[in-house]
Amino acid sequence: MNKRIRWILYAAIVVLYVLHNDFWFWYDPRVVLGLPIGLTYHVGYNLAAAVLMFLLVRFAWPSHLEVDEKTSPDSAAGGER
Amino acid sequence: MTLTVVGIYMLLVLMVGGLSHRLFRGTGEDYFLATRTIGPFVLLMSLFGTNMTAFAMLGGAGEAYRSGIGVFTLMPSAAALVIPTTFFFVGTRLWALGKRHGYITQVQYFRDRYESDGLGLLLFIVLVALLVPYLLIGIMGGGLTLSWITDGQVPEWVGGLVICVVVMTYVTYGGLRGTAWANTFQTLVFMTLGAATFIYVIHAMGGLGNVISQLQEQHADLLIRGDHFSPIRILTYTLIPLSAGMFPHMFMHWLTASKLSNFRVTLVAYPICIALVWVPSVLMGLVGNLTFPGLSVPASNSILVRLISHYSPELLAGLLGAGVFAAVMSSLDSQVLSLGTMFTQDIVRHYGYDNRMSEMRQILVARVFVAGILVVAYLMSLVSSNTIFALGTWCFTGFSALFPIVLAGLFWKRSTKAGIYASVLTVVVLWVYFFMQGFGNADYTVGGTGIMAVAVITPASALALILISLMTKPPGEAHLARFFADSGA
Repeated sequence: MNKRIRWILYAAIVVLYVLHNDFWFWYDPRVVLGLPIGLTYHVGYNLAAAVLMFLLVRFAWPSHLEVDEKTSPDSAAGGER
Repeated sequence: MTLTVVGIYMLLVLMVGGLSHRLFRGTGEDYFLATRTIGPFVLLMSLFGTNMTAFAMLGGAGEAYRSGIGVFTLMPSAAALVIPTTFFFVGTRLWALGKRHGYITQVQYFRDRYESDGLGLLLFIVLVALLVPYLLIGIMGGGLTLSWITDGQVPEWVGGLVICVVVMTYVTYGGLRGTAWANTFQTLVFMTLGAATFIYVIHAMGGLGNVISQLQEQHADLLIRGDHFSPIRILTYTLIPLSAGMFPHMFMHWLTASKLSNFRVTLVAYPICIALVWVPSVLMGLVGNLTFPGLSVPASNSILVRLISHYSPELLAGLLGAGVFAAVMSSLDSQVLSLGTMFTQDIVRHYGYDNRMSEMRQILVARVFVAGILVVAYLMSLVSSNTIFALGTWCFTGFSALFPIVLAGLFWKRSTKAGIYASVLTVVVLWVYFFMQGFGNADYTVGGTGIMAVAVITPASALALILISLMTKPPGEAHLARFFADSGA
């Protein structure tokens, strides 16, 4: 179930990416919410990106990557191997 | 007046940077990475402030003045999705590997991941070569701005000098913590002042509704993307923000997070911060056409400054100047520190001391490098012509085109050293080729098709990586286990 949500959200990233190119508003002169529609759409787009990030953080967080505070790195200041 | 405000601002920045020194622990990891203790808010402000340059505020407005609302689609809107996505998939994983294996620089990671010193050296050279022009742009942009706001009273070389001295002081003194704190302060300053000047100017012009209807009558073409932007250009430009995944200074800030969960706030807030800075900037560029119609291309880049000095009292002009300096310095400091760190760790410590170098000496060497890099960059800025500003997109293109290698390092076990070499060399060759074709033409696209060069170089680099990796011997399981142990996703 969890895995399924994760992949749905990954797919949502792709969908949102495609929606960036709103060619249907390219020549549309209407003003919506006080701004030209081509701009309103993209302000909404930024908000949609924030919402998607919220969902990713909430439901698809890579918590397996969290490093235990107690396990120290190989060496204190940038040791390599 | 303007100069007083800017002067006070510089002192404040120095104080914030200096204050951070009280937490300094005197170790190498503290100087380079603040001992990986940075919390969520400072992380967000550092990453955002570092990636947001003065060109967003000034150049973006200038572009909107000339080409209308499409500029918002082209740059900030694409970045709003691509950059946090990069942080989500790449930043978090590099943070975990950095913490587990104690990396400080990108080169250390790649050298270790692909067991190759030569590859590390090649990457070092390419990353430094791509970053230096970016430094110059910051210094020269700061100098130009100060000369604009003061009506030419302050020559360009003075502004650049002030920036370099202030940044040098708090970066050499405060290391990463000083940089992160100063960044946070400065990012808050430029966001607040940007919003304040926007509200003031729009109000002075009779309100947003009024200016939009005036624009509808006089400049309807600027309120649509129309023929100013082709869809293919907008589409291929979306690859440019991938550069955030390969910037040395972004890598450095990622590693400073104290906990993985600190990335959460950054991811969600990043697109909102972008909109907060860019919407005012684009709108100001648009309305500039009502007050100052018909400016030439170079003149229109200062449209923001012109509007402020026309509509607002001198105090606000000074504050805007401070805001622009904030945007310039919050990028410059991280870039310089990351270069100083790379020279110290990847060259001096690795080759000169066989990785055994006392922490005090590491800090000393890094301080000398930070100071040296700023001196050299400043001197170069005095002799560079303004055509260097056209280099901005090219720097981004190079970093974006290197993105496949970090993706392969993190997600593709089958990728090999030879594959990464092939990828980096492909980027170098194609970048030089397209650069020769396109430099000097701000609207250059491949063969005039509207396709950005980045959309050719990046896939080519990925293809080279895949093909050569598959043709060479896969890396050993034991080695891979160190990098993929618990990255189940």
